[in-house]
Amino acid sequence: MSPELSREVVIVNELGLHARSAAKIAGLAQNSKAAVWVQKEAEKADASSIVDILTLACERGSKITLIIEDKADRPILENIVNLIENGFGE
Amino acid sequence: MMDTATEEVIIKGISASPGVCIGKAYLVDREGVDVVEKYQIEDKKRSNEIKRFKAAVKKARDELRKIVEKSPAELQHAHILETHIALLKDKMLYGSTIDVIKNEGVNAEWALKKIVSNLREIFQTMTDPYLRERSGDVVQVADSIMRNLVGVERVNIAAIDKRVILVAHDLSPAETSQINLERVRGFITDRGGKASHTGIIARSLEIPAVVGLKSATSAIRSDDLIIVDGNTGNVILHPTEDTLVQYEERKIHYEEYKAVITRESHAPAESVDGVRLEVMGNIELPEEVFALINYGGDGIGLYRTEFQYFNRPDFPGEDELFDKYKDVVEVMDPKPVTIRTLDINGDKALANHVDSDEKNPALGLRAIRYCLKKPDIFKAQLRAILRAAAFGNVRILFPMISTYFEICEANRILDEAAQSLEKEGLPYKRDIEVGVMIEVPSAVIMADVIAENVDFFSIGTNDLIQYSLAIDRGNEQVSHLYQPLDAAIIRMLKHVADVAKEKEIKVFMCGEMAGTPHHIPLLLGLGMEELSMNPQTIPDIKRVIRSLNVEDARSFLQDVLKQKTARNTFELIKATYGSILAEQTYTEE
Repeated sequence: MSPELSREVVIVNELGLHARSAAKIAGLAQNSKAAVWVQKEAEKADASSIVDILTLACERGSKITLIIEDKADRPILENIVNLIENGFGE
Repeated sequence: MMDTATEEVIIKGISASPGVCIGKAYLVDREGVDVVEKYQIEDKKRSNEIKRFKAAVKKARDELRKIVEKSPAELQHAHILETHIALLKDKMLYGSTIDVIKNEGVNAEWALKKIVSNLREIFQTMTDPYLRERSGDVVQVADSIMRNLVGVERVNIAAIDKRVILVAHDLSPAETSQINLERVRGFITDRGGKASHTGIIARSLEIPAVVGLKSATSAIRSDDLIIVDGNTGNVILHPTEDTLVQYEERKIHYEEYKAVITRESHAPAESVDGVRLEVMGNIELPEEVFALINYGGDGIGLYRTEFQYFNRPDFPGEDELFDKYKDVVEVMDPKPVTIRTLDINGDKALANHVDSDEKNPALGLRAIRYCLKKPDIFKAQLRAILRAAAFGNVRILFPMISTYFEICEANRILDEAAQSLEKEGLPYKRDIEVGVMIEVPSAVIMADVIAENVDFFSIGTNDLIQYSLAIDRGNEQVSHLYQPLDAAIIRMLKHVADVAKEKEIKVFMCGEMAGTPHHIPLLLGLGMEELSMNPQTIPDIKRVIRSLNVEDARSFLQDVLKQKTARNTFELIKATYGSILAEQTYTEE
C-alpha cells in the first residue's frame, strides 16, 4: 500500500478509543470524499462509524493503521493522526 | 397484525412450587425488558416503516438536544450526550437497521433489536472492561429510539404494578429480587429444573411456579389469560369457561387442604415411639419470619443473608445488617435462628461488585472462599451477627466449607470480630453454636476432622447432590440425574450422620431433600435431629413424622443401604411406606 494513503499510530490516551474519542474520529471521517478505514491487526472498521470503531476494542497502547482510498482525503488523514497522537486533548 | 387464536392449549412443564393461580400473563424477555414484537412488513409498506424509524430517531435526537441545551456547557455529562446524538445516526446502528427493514421486511422495533443484540455480542467478547462497558452507550441510544418507536415508557421488571403471572425465558436470582413480589401471582419459565432458584424463591413466597416449559415465551403473549397449576406442572393458555370453573374449584380445594394441615402444625413433631424432631424453616427475607411462625416452624434452620447485598451500589454496613438480624432474632426468641454467612456466587453476584467473569461460578469464588478473600466484608457481617446474638438464640453457619483450613480461618476471623467488639464495648455474645454446611464432597470425606472445630453439621443437599453427581441442577438436559435417592448420596449422608454421632455433635439437614415427605423415613433412620425447609412444607413434614416410628425407620435404612439405584430405593419407599404417606406426596422421580 502506498505510504501516502496509510498511517500507523499508537493509541496514547488512557481510556483507549471509547465512544467520545471514536465520535471525534467519525466526525472528521464523515467529511471525506472516499472511504476512511481504521485497521487493527486483521480487522478493519469504517472510520465514519462510531460503533464500528468501538467494535475494534482499541485500548491504550493498541497499534492501529488509518487508511484512505483517495489522495484528496490526506488532510483528513493528517487531522485524525494528530487527534490520536495528542490523546484527543483529554 | 396477528390473528387471535383462542383455542385452549396445555403446556407441560415441571412443577416447581405448588398452588394454582389464574390471571393475566406478563412477558419478560431475556434482558429483562418487555418483549419486542416481530411482524412482517409488505414490500409496499417498507418505505413507510423506514420513515417511522427515522421519525423515532429524530424524536430521540430532539429530546437529547433539549437536554444538552439545558446543561451548562462545561459539564462532562453534556459531552456524553453529544456522543449519543452522534451515535443516533451512526451507520452501524441507523443504517444497518434501515437495511434490515428493507431487506428482511420486518418491523422497525425488531430490526433495531436485532442490530443491537449483534452489537452487544461483539462488545461482550472484549477483554478490556472499560471498552466492554461502552456497549452501554449503544444500548442506551437504541433504547431511546425504541421508546419512541413503541410510544410508551419502557416498563421494566421492577416497575410491574399489576397482579400478573410472570412469563420469562429464565429468571436469575438478581432479576427475581427486583420484582415487586406482592404483585406477582405466579411464575412460569422456559428453562430451569425442579431445584432451580426460581422454584426456591416461588416456594418461599408461597406462589405457584412451573419451570422447564421450553416454549412458554413463544406461545404466550402479554395479557393472555393463563392458568398455572403448580401441583401438576401444567400451564393452560386461553382456558375455556369449563376449564376455568374446574380450576377455580381446584384452587379452593388446595387452599382448604393447606388450611387443615396448617392448623395442627403448631404442635411438636414427635414420632409414634416418642422421638422429637425439630422442624425448622429456611428464610431469605426477614418478612418471611411471620409465615414461618404461622406454619409452626420450631426455629430458623437456614437464614440466607444474600438479599441485603442485592441491588445496591455498595455493601450494606454492619449497623444495617445488625438491625435486620436483630429483628428476626427477637421475633424468634427463644427459638434458634441459624444465620448462614454470605453465600454469594456468580449467579447471585452483586450488580456492582462483579470483579471477574467466572466461566464456572458454581466452582468459583463463592461463599466462604469469597468471604475469606474479603475479610473486611466478612468481619462486618460476623460483627453484626455476634451483636444480634445478644438478643436471642443465634447460631452461625459457614457455607461451602471444602477444606479443614477454611473452617480454621473462619473461626479465627470470628474470634477477631468478637475481640474487636469487646474492645469497643459493644454488647455481643460469642458463646454461640458454630456450624458448617456439608455440601461439598471433600467436606463429607473430612467430616471427622472438621467436626472437631464445630458444634453442628448442616447438610445442604441441593449443592451436595449437584457437586457429587457432577450435574447442573438448572440444566434440564441433565436434571433427571439430580436424584436425592442416588445410592452414592445416601451413603454420604450415612457417613456424615455416623461421624456426627461419634464426635458428639449435632447433625441437621437444610436442603430440599428435608422438605420432601417421602424422604422422611430415610432421614429419621439416619438420625437427623433437625430438618429445615421452606416454611410452607413444615405442616406436611410434621404430619409425616407423627405417623412414623424411628425404630422401624432404622431397620428400613438398612434395607435402603442395600439398594443400588435411586429407582429401586424409590420403589422400596413406596412398598414400605405407601400406606402412611398420602397419595399426593408422591412425585415421580
